[in-house]
Amino acid sequence: MVCESWKAKLDTYLDGEVPEQEMRTFDAHVRNCPSCSADALARVQMKRAIQVAGRRFTPTAEFRKRMQQSIARKPQRSFRMGWLLAAAAAVILVAGTLTTAYLGTRGARDGVFSEIADLHVETLASSSPVDVISTDRHTVKPWFQGKIPFAFNLPELQNSEFSLLGGRMAYLNQTPGAHLIYDVRKHHISVFVFQERSLPAKVNENSLSPKKLPFNLETWSQGGLCYFVIGDASPADIDSLAKLFKAAS
Amino acid sequence: MFYYVDVSGATLQPDSFEELAMPLFDQLYNFAHWLTQNREEAEDLVQETYAKALKGFSSFQLGTNFRAWMYRILRNTFLTSRTGLKVTMTVPLDTEEDGTEMAVERDTPETLLFARSNSDLLQSAIDELPVHFREILLLCEVEEMSYQEIAETLSVPIGTVMSRLSRARRTLRGLLRPQLQEGASAAIARETNHGL
Repeated sequence: MVCESWKAKLDTYLDGEVPEQEMRTFDAHVRNCPSCSADALARVQMKRAIQVAGRRFTPTAEFRKRMQQSIARKPQRSFRMGWLLAAAAAVILVAGTLTTAYLGTRGARDGVFSEIADLHVETLASSSPVDVISTDRHTVKPWFQGKIPFAFNLPELQNSEFSLLGGRMAYLNQTPGAHLIYDVRKHHISVFVFQERSLPAKVNENSLSPKKLPFNLETWSQGGLCYFVIGDASPADIDSLAKLFKAAS
Repeated sequence: MFYYVDVSGATLQPDSFEELAMPLFDQLYNFAHWLTQNREEAEDLVQETYAKALKGFSSFQLGTNFRAWMYRILRNTFLTSRTGLKVTMTVPLDTEEDGTEMAVERDTPETLLFARSNSDLLQSAIDELPVHFREILLLCEVEEMSYQEIAETLSVPIGTVMSRLSRARRTLRGLLRPQLQEGASAAIARETNHGL
């Protein structure tokens, strides 16, 4: 089998543990080999399913309280320190709430990034990656009318290295959005556009993509819409395409 | 997600333990419950882990991975517990050699079938896995630890992480296959009866 050696390392690749140089070669192979891309998709879905099924048990509130009490530093109480302690407790409570909110947001944000990566991989593996096949933005943009509850602009690509391959519908958090596929020097780049309010967490330019995401990704919010540009192209290419979108919006 | 302790601080204050350790509480509990397969034992395990970690916090090596350290304490505590000893006595530890596995045949329709819907089947299959496969799979997929972190947590070389992970995945697929086939047959039977 030609792909035997690739497939032996496919899990390591999807775990993001292949050296960077090899990662690019892998990306190129997976993109061009139907057997490996289908296999990669199945394995990604398996990973996601285990991730969901594995988050099964949550501690009771009572146990959490007991635990917190057992590891909390025991303060030496004095009457004069009462107000100070009360103030400190309030600060800790606020900080704790903020930390919990932050961690929760970050978890939700990582979830969004993983979903976006899955949608991109799914497209690479699909035999019909686009529903509207056209290099003309004036054909692709109207195709979305009536299918998604918002309008967006597509950039002019003249004098750029990018070419539009087409578009398809995408769903994130049970809400529809636009998925556009671009090509740059044989690399496929996906651009996703969703309504900002439909996303579970705030994402912006400062949002860092998860460490193990095997793609380059750029995201930003503009005019109530959230954009994701993802692909195995170089960060510079991803950034160039993102800039074109920002300028067009 | 990594938790590194600031190396610039020469001494660690006791309250920084709480700040570092409590955000890991939910995930450590989840992991403990998967290992012990029992709520009360999971609570005891987590409690003992935190007690040991708090006691040894001053000796915690600055600049190293706090999360891996906590998981390592939890795992070692489990392995020396009554349940842990029973598990390791009845299930021999794998004798894997370092190195990558050969490719295995994948049943794509099966993975697609349960990816979206059969979480219960998957949870039962994970439950059935030998504990050393269960833990490595959870550390990789649920905790999203890097191979390096897993190696630190389990105190094994990275090569062992890779081969054990590969075996764990293969074993899980092996456990799922008959269940899925059974499920599919039952669904077909239901459809046929419904049609009659």
